[in-house]
Amino acid sequence: MDYRTVLTTCAYCGCGCSLYLEVLDGRVIHTFPCKTGPVNEGKLCVKGWNIHEFIHSPKRLTRPLLRQNGTLVEVSWDEALDFTARRLREIKEAHGSDSLAFLSSAKITNEENYLIQKFARAAVGTNNVDHCARL
Amino acid sequence: MTNSIAELEDADCIFVIGSNTTSSHPLVATRIFRAKEKGARLVVADPRQIQLALKADLYVRQNLGTDVALLNGIMNVILTRNWHAQSFIDERTEGFDEFRKVIAGYPPERVAELTGVAASDIIQIAEWYAKAKAASIVYCMGITQHTTGVDNVKSLANLAMLTGQIGRESTGVNPLRGQNNVQGACDMGGLPNVYPAYQAVTIPDIQKKFQNAWAATTLSDKVGLTIPGMLSGLAQGSVRALYVVGENPMVSDPDVSHVKKALQKAELLVVQDIFLTPTAELAHVVLPGTSFAEKDGTFSNTERRVQRVRKAIEPLGNARPDWEIIMEVSTRFGYPMHYGSPAEIMEEIARVTPSYGGITFDRLDGPGLCWPCPDKEHPGTKFLHKGRFSRGKGLFHAIDYKPPAEIVDAEYPFWLTTGRVHVHYHTGTMTRNSPSLHAEMPEGHLEIHPEDAHRLTVRQGDRVRVISRRGEITAKVSLTTRVDRGVVFMPFHFVECCANILTNPAHDPIAKIPEYKVCAVQIEKAA
Ligand code: SF4
Repeated sequence: MDYRTVLTTCAYCGCGCSLYLEVLDGRVIHTFPCKTGPVNEGKLCVKGWNIHEFIHSPKRLTRPLLRQNGTLVEVSWDEALDFTARRLREIKEAHGSDSLAFLSSAKITNEENYLIQKFARAAVGTNNVDHCARL
Repeated sequence: MTNSIAELEDADCIFVIGSNTTSSHPLVATRIFRAKEKGARLVVADPRQIQLALKADLYVRQNLGTDVALLNGIMNVILTRNWHAQSFIDERTEGFDEFRKVIAGYPPERVAELTGVAASDIIQIAEWYAKAKAASIVYCMGITQHTTGVDNVKSLANLAMLTGQIGRESTGVNPLRGQNNVQGACDMGGLPNVYPAYQAVTIPDIQKKFQNAWAATTLSDKVGLTIPGMLSGLAQGSVRALYVVGENPMVSDPDVSHVKKALQKAELLVVQDIFLTPTAELAHVVLPGTSFAEKDGTFSNTERRVQRVRKAIEPLGNARPDWEIIMEVSTRFGYPMHYGSPAEIMEEIARVTPSYGGITFDRLDGPGLCWPCPDKEHPGTKFLHKGRFSRGKGLFHAIDYKPPAEIVDAEYPFWLTTGRVHVHYHTGTMTRNSPSLHAEMPEGHLEIHPEDAHRLTVRQGDRVRVISRRGEITAKVSLTTRVDRGVVFMPFHFVECCANILTNPAHDPIAKIPEYKVCAVQIEKAA
């Protein structure tokens, strides 16, 4: 039996409460608040208390999907990544950098947001980068 | 936020406008309640009588889309009664005379007619806010999601500068960011006009700096497209490919039928997400990313606090952390990226992002750091604009009231406004896959005033058709006096009862934020 608690930051709203995920044998089974969290000081709201629930949802995507003859089918990472990179390059070559656009996200980390805009700007050569801050 | 969340509890007056704080930011609401226990006055202005309104010392219900008029009215009172902070204005601001002229046109009696708020209430808000030792403004999407969103925000800044309620502990203008890492997404340059830390793409020196840092052949000096621009670009064929990470415009964007048509035109739609969202269903390729529990990294909260996200479990199935996926795509595209860990990415961020200059993973083991944090010794910054505004002098903006883009008429006689509920988050991809949260509120609904419901002969739980110029949906009604007569409210989290089929994509000319908070609808009892 492997039981651990991992201190992290709630992913639901901009308050940024500190919480512990309780992990048993590789599954997140519960959440509890961090007493020394600078924002929440030991409290969480109903979303935070239940944040472990969506993580292991049976509806989670676990394999890359590629559209073949109109339907999305499971493929290997190599196939999905090669397809993505090749099509992005083809479209850039045929129609120019500004024919590509990127949506980054308020749900992913700072490091990931940084990389996606770097990819758009440095690799593709476009400033067509936005996210749903307005929503 | 200009100030930190914890400071709120020591304010003497808190003015909450366009934020349903107890629902959308519960742990900010906690600080507001603590302030009240310590004797602070709480003023709430909102078209809906939200939960916080029930605790307020004064609650006012302004008509939808009349925030500028209300704020100008408050400032008119402050000026005519000499409650403004003249020395602060002289020392730290400019543009005051122009601003003063416009404000003169908003005496409380006129504003009462425009906003539906009694003149005596306008005077009371002005007095409490201006005379408080430390007053804080708290706002959210109720202010920004309008065609006049930028005007609304500037008016709040005017109010804070006029009274000197900024640049000190427990004061300031404090926007609550809707999603957990909106602050970080903006800080990291997820915007068409700026690199990380809001450095403009149009300034040659800055462009040069990034070109060197990124070893890029050329960087574009052209401001890119915002989401509405990308969608119309797709519709017209000038945009051919869209790569979406963790977003779901098929539920979140206004006029969803139009969004769908645009996305279907894409030659290439790449969606990287953890669920097969309605947007992912339209994709050519879907790349399974990971949840916050399966990777390391940082989020930046609404008070600019950069905090750690720590990996608790391995990625599910064959899913991969999003940073790895982007790295792989980039490398295969022909621009190699090799980072061993998110900590390494942060080292690069710190090099090119002045406000994050002193942030490293090692320093984030405690309570995190609030930017600006320019170097490794800097302790972070609790509140902004101390002694000086970032631009030097604070600029007053002279702003006139403009009505919303769509007004009710005989054909569409109800005002519709949209928002969040306490158990759900954004488009529901996470919360609706959480059994406990889903059980609390399994479906969407329409809040309507009992008198309006009576006229339509509908009762609690009956279904109605809600029709706007963009489309129609059916929804169950919920009778409540939280909304005024003639106004209805819908949460936007539900794809099968999608409020954004109805909403108006008309947007603010500068910030391009759509007017989610106001549109006109017709309501009929469903057969
Ligand atoms: S626990 Fe609630 S208030 Fe705290 S960050 Fe999560 S969703 Fe926001």
